[in-house]
Amino acid sequence: MNIVVLVKQVPNTSEVRLDPKTGNLIREGVESIINPEDRHALEAALSVKERVDGKVTVVSMGPPQAIDVICEAIAMGADKGILLSDRAFAGADTWATSTTLGLALRRIADYDLIIAGRQAVDGDTAQIGPQVAEFLGVPQLTYVRHLDAREDVVIAERVLEDGCEHIEAPTPVLVTVLAELNEPRFPTVEGMIHATSKHSNIEVWNASDIGVKVQDVGLPGSLTHVVRTFTPKEARDTQHLEGSPASIASQLIDAFRQREIRLGD
Amino acid sequence: MADIVVNLEKCNGCGMCARSCPYQAIEMVDKKAVWIEDRCTLCGACLEACKFDAISGDIPSREVPLFPDHRDVWVFVEQHDGVFHRSAFELIGCARTLAADLGQQVVAAVLGDGVRDKTATLIHHGADRCVVVDHSALAYYQTCTYAHVISELISKHKPNILLIAATHLGRDLAPRVARRMGLGLTADCTRLSIDPDEKILLQTRPAFGGNIMATIVSRYSRPQTSTVRPGIMRALEPDEARTGEVVVEDVNMAECREFTKVLECVMNPDKGIDLGAAKIIVAGGRPMCSERGVSVLKDFAEAVGGQVACTRVVVEEGFLPVEHQVGQTGLTVRPEIYFACGISGAIQHKAGMDGSRYIVAINKDADAPIIEIADFAIVGDVFEILPALTKAVKEQ
Ligand SMILES: Cc1cc2nc3c(=O)[nH]c(=O)nc-3n(C[C@H](O)[C@H](O)[C@H](O)COP(=O)(O)OP(=O)(O)OC[C@H]3O[C@@H](n4cnc5c(N)ncnc54)[C@H](O)[C@@H]3O)c2cc1C
Ligand SMILES: Nc1ncnc2c1ncn2[C@@H]1O[C@H](COP(=O)(O)O)[C@@H](O)[C@H]1O
Repeated sequence: MNIVVLVKQVPNTSEVRLDPKTGNLIREGVESIINPEDRHALEAALSVKERVDGKVTVVSMGPPQAIDVICEAIAMGADKGILLSDRAFAGADTWATSTTLGLALRRIADYDLIIAGRQAVDGDTAQIGPQVAEFLGVPQLTYVRHLDAREDVVIAERVLEDGCEHIEAPTPVLVTVLAELNEPRFPTVEGMIHATSKHSNIEVWNASDIGVKVQDVGLPGSLTHVVRTFTPKEARDTQHLEGSPASIASQLIDAFRQREIRLGD
Repeated sequence: MADIVVNLEKCNGCGMCARSCPYQAIEMVDKKAVWIEDRCTLCGACLEACKFDAISGDIPSREVPLFPDHRDVWVFVEQHDGVFHRSAFELIGCARTLAADLGQQVVAAVLGDGVRDKTATLIHHGADRCVVVDHSALAYYQTCTYAHVISELISKHKPNILLIAATHLGRDLAPRVARRMGLGLTADCTRLSIDPDEKILLQTRPAFGGNIMATIVSRYSRPQTSTVRPGIMRALEPDEARTGEVVVEDVNMAECREFTKVLECVMNPDKGIDLGAAKIIVAGGRPMCSERGVSVLKDFAEAVGGQVACTRVVVEEGFLPVEHQVGQTGLTVRPEIYFACGISGAIQHKAGMDGSRYIVAINKDADAPIIEIADFAIVGDVFEILPALTKAVKEQ
C-alpha cells in the first residue's frame, strides 16, 4: 500500500508572543515544529505500513528550511520525502496550496491512502485535506479518530459534533486525523543520522517540476487575500468590587438588578 | 523575483507601510522602513500605504473581475434528522445585516429528506427565500452528495455570498464545494461585514491560535464563501408575521458519485447540558480541581439557574467531562453572564467566552488577564466569595 502523508512546518504557536508596542508577532526565537496533528497522521501511516506492508512518502510545501520536518519524518520511519519549495509558492491561500499539493500527488501518481492532519495550528483552516481530495477526485474522511486500512478499502470512525460515525470508503482515499487517533513515536537518533545523510531519499520539487505556471500558485494564484491583521482588543470597563465577601455579593446582586437581570429565580 | 526598494531619502519613518503589511515584511529600524524579503509576498500593500512615494517595486498586477450576475446572501442550513441546527438561525441573523448593507436578499438553502414543510421558521428568523432540495439521498449527510447538490445550486442561482456553519459538517463540506467551484474560502470566521466602498465581504478570523486576527477578502470568485464559528452571531427573534417565497428545486442525482458508505452512526447520550443555550454560565479553573471545588461551582450554578463550565485544565484533571470545556478546543458561548471562577484568562479560553454579555471574574491575582476583560472584577479567594454569593442569592 502506498501511503502519502502531508506534513506542514508551523511555528510553535504556544510560544508565539506579540510585541506590545507594534502588535506584531514576534517570530524571532520561535521554534518551528511539525504541525502537531501531522505527527499523528505520520504515526497512522507508519502503523498501517507495519500491518499491511507498504511505503510511506511525506510531502511538504514550504520554504527551504521545511526540509527539517521531512528529515524528522524520515527519522520516525518514513521511506521518502518530497519538499515542494519555490519562491513562487509563497503567500498561498488554501486554494493555491491545494493546487500545489494536488499536482505533486498527481506526479507521485501511485497512492492508495493520503493522510493529513485535521488542521494546521498557524492557520487552523482544516481546508487543505478536503481540497486536495476534491482536486484528485478521491473521497475524503475527515475528523478521523480510528482508522482501519485494508488493501482496497478503508474503514474509519469519524467524530461528529454529538456522536460518531463508522464509514467505509474505497481506496484511493484521503483521511484527515485527530490527535486522539494514536500516540506518535519519537524519531530515533539513528533515524536522524540516516535522514540527514546523503543516502536519505529526499527530493526537492519546484514549480516547473510539478508543471504549474507561477501565476497559478502562491499569492498570485490565490483567491483570498489578507487585507489586515490586528491584535484582538477586548478590554472592557472593569468595575472592581471590594469589601467583605458578603458585601461583594450584595453589590453584585444590585449591579445586575440595575441591569434588569435577576440572579436566581 | 522582483524586489521592494525603499528610497531612504523619501522615507520619513512614519511606519504606515509596516502597519499596512499583512505579512510583517516591513519593519522600522532606526526610523526607516526595512524590507524583509523572506516574508514578502509582493502583495503591494506597502506601496499603496506610503504617502511619500518612498517604496517602489514590481508588483504583479491582477485584474479584479466584476460579477454583475451574482446576487444575494445565501445560508446553508445544516439539519440533522430534519431538525435545523442552531447555527442556521445565527447565520440567517448575520446574513440579514449583510444583505441590508448590499440591498440584496437572504436565501436559506435547505437540503434534506422531508424538509420542504419545515421552512416557515427560517423565514420567521429572517430569510427572504428558501431554496429546498428534498430527496431521500439527502436524509443523512454524505460529503460528495451534498457537495454535488450545493454546487448545482451555486451554478444555477449565482449567489454573491455563501455562509456555512463552521461545524464538523460545514468544515467537511465547504472546502469540497469551494475547490469544485473555484471559490475562495475563509475558515471559521468570527466577524463578517461589508466593505462600504468596495461592497465586498470582509471576513475576520483568529489565526495563530487566537494571537492575531486577520481580515480576509475574496475578490476573484463568487460566491464569497465563509465558514462561520457557531455561537458567535446572534439569531433574530422570530417574527411570525414574516412571509417569504419557498422554491423547491430538482437536482439530478444520477450525475453524482458517492464513494462512501456509512456503516453506523452512534449519537452521544444526551448529557442534559447545552452550554450554547445557557443564559448564565458558572465556569471554574484550576483551583476548582477538587470534589469540593466542583461542588462549590455546582451549588452556585444551581442557585442562579446557570450551567457549569470549565477550562481545559479541569477537564484534563478529570473533574468535569469535556462537554463542559469552553475555549478554542471546546465550546464558544455567549451567555448573559459568565462567571469566571479561578480562571487566568488564557487566550485559548477567552476565545470561547469573550463574547459574553457580562463577565464576572473572581481571581486572587489582580493582574490575571481575565480581570482586564471582566465587567466586574472580584479580587479574592473563590472559596470565600462563591459560597457568600450562593448564600446571598438564595436569601434575596
Ligand atoms: C492548542 C491549545 C488549545 C487550548 N484550548 C483550550 C480551551 O479550549 N479551553 C481552555 O480553557 N484552555 C485551553 N487551553 C489551555 C490554556 O492555554 C490554559 O492553560 C488554560 O485555559 C488555563 O486554565 P485555568 O485558567 O483554569 O488555569 P490557570 O492558568 O492555572 O489559572 C488559574 C487561575 O486561578 C487563580 N486562582 C488560584 N487559586 C485561586 C483561589 N483560591 N481563588 C481565586 N483564584 C485562584 C490563579 O490566580 C490563576 O489566575 C489550550 C491550550 C493550547 C495550547
Ligand atoms: N504547506 C503544506 N504542506 C504539506 N501539507 C500541508 C500544508 N498545509 C496544510 N497541509 C496539510 O493539511 C492539513 C490541514 O491544514 P490546514 O487546512 O492549513 O489547517 C495539515 O495538517 C497538513 O497535513
